[in-house]
Amino acid sequence: MDIIGLSARQMQEKLMDKELSARDIVEAHLERIEGIEPELNAFITVTREEALRDADDLDRKIRDGERLGALAGIPVGIKDNIITSGIKTTCGSKMLEDFIPPYEATVIERIKEEDGIVLGKTNLDEFAIGSLTDTSYFGATKNPVDLNRTPGGSSGGSAAAVQAQEVAVTLGSDTGGSIRQPASYCGVVGIKPTYGLVSRYGLVAVANSLDQIGVFGRDVSDSALILGTIAGHDRRDSTSMDMESIDYLDDLDEDIKGMRIGLPREYFDIDMNDGIRDRVMEAVGIFESLGAKVDEVSLPNTKWALATYYVLAASEISSNLSRFDGVRYGYRAAEYESLDELYMNTRTEAFGREVKRRIMAGTYFLSREHAEEYYRKALQLRTLIRDDFDRVFEEYDIIISPTTPNLPFERGAENDPLIMAESDTFTVPVNLAGNCAISIPCGDVEGLPAGLQIIGDRFKERRILKAGYAFERYLSTGGGR
Amino acid sequence: MITKDDIRDVAELCKLNISEEEVENFRKDFSRILGYVDLLKTADTDGVEPTYHVNSGTQPLRDDMVEDSMPVEDTIQNAPEEQYGYFKLLRVMD
Repeated sequence: MDIIGLSARQMQEKLMDKELSARDIVEAHLERIEGIEPELNAFITVTREEALRDADDLDRKIRDGERLGALAGIPVGIKDNIITSGIKTTCGSKMLEDFIPPYEATVIERIKEEDGIVLGKTNLDEFAIGSLTDTSYFGATKNPVDLNRTPGGSSGGSAAAVQAQEVAVTLGSDTGGSIRQPASYCGVVGIKPTYGLVSRYGLVAVANSLDQIGVFGRDVSDSALILGTIAGHDRRDSTSMDMESIDYLDDLDEDIKGMRIGLPREYFDIDMNDGIRDRVMEAVGIFESLGAKVDEVSLPNTKWALATYYVLAASEISSNLSRFDGVRYGYRAAEYESLDELYMNTRTEAFGREVKRRIMAGTYFLSREHAEEYYRKALQLRTLIRDDFDRVFEEYDIIISPTTPNLPFERGAENDPLIMAESDTFTVPVNLAGNCAISIPCGDVEGLPAGLQIIGDRFKERRILKAGYAFERYLSTGGGR
Repeated sequence: MITKDDIRDVAELCKLNISEEEVENFRKDFSRILGYVDLLKTADTDGVEPTYHVNSGTQPLRDDMVEDSMPVEDTIQNAPEEQYGYFKLLRVMD
């Protein structure tokens, strides 16, 4: 049986029917990882022993007829900026090369409570700052669709691992597009939940007013399944909202007749790959044929989004990364003669260039002389950007756009951080406004995957999942026949 | 116009050492970044409130209860240097 080719939900069915054991599932994926990792590099750490032990525990539970969790037997990969107790968590940085956390992130606790099996920690740009997964201290990740291309980033390892069938689902984090952009480039589904839906306890913060943990899967159902298990209030994260627990698989297959869809004029005025534009316009036609009502809408403050994001993210990064000083954990320089030298040598030796650039930019934006003209201005523009979305969502259920304006970059091409930032044009406003969004494969362009972004109002995940599911089903059945 | 001295000052604030040749590279990068974000200065934001947090005003708070904290051994297990259950550092004061 082609175990790794099954969806997470199919693996689970076969586990329940005793066609497969948890050990069969885990071993098949470990074998895949062993075979492809030397080329792909999607993982920083593979937790082989722990995964096999968890699989055997689960098989015993099944034999004993115990109640099983919602993720029973599903192999999961975790982005390596999410804290795992007793398992190295590096953030892709020399700074945390040997860091073994003494506590567990809330999302990991929930995955384990639901009997999900963690197979390892996935690669990322250093501290999740980047769009290519090429600034990791542990080397770049390749795109499994085309090994000469980047998988996108910063959650490139999580996207690549799902596409390459190394695991069925993964967790990532999304500050300005770090889940949706790699999902688009690798041809998988990626969800950035509403800010506050998922606890950030144990997510190493880079820009905490924008960061959100989310998920990758090979289809909408698998993604909805794991999202449901990690969502919900956590007393250890006061920004996580008090919500009733939601089963996102419920009603997923309801039809979308009458759904009101907005198409933001400003997004389509931006330069983009013609093939991607065509795929997205075809998607619009599909939604109309499914009974949705599509109108052009306006998000007039879109033009400020990238610069606003750059200022806010860098400012928060500079503040957050000041905790890495070589005193309590992480790297410490070998040579220093004063406390100040210890800080400086440690940070200079252990941070990569892009991280340093952001820390310095953020410090500049926050400095007394410049805070008013940059940081405060950006906070005000954030209000206008959020208000734009709120206005549209008074009348519309979802907004659709491309996920990225371009196809995956070739590896090793000139890495201009400002050009890279342009690939975040459609994703960044969603983080600034705190909304939810999903990226779904919507066809190929020149043999490479294009992604459709469906944006929803805050805490309206069900709508984007329902729309995504209807669209995916239409594509997979060749027109709903 | 960003000068090399500006870069040195910012690096000092960030506790980063920047070599002389890097100073010029960072200066060029900074000029481009500022050229880009200076767009913000043209936006009219008179009377607009800043948004620090999208869900602000709705933060659920918990009761302030005394609980056990993390054991000392766990807390210092990643310390680069440790002595008697404390993080070990250079002498800070003479």
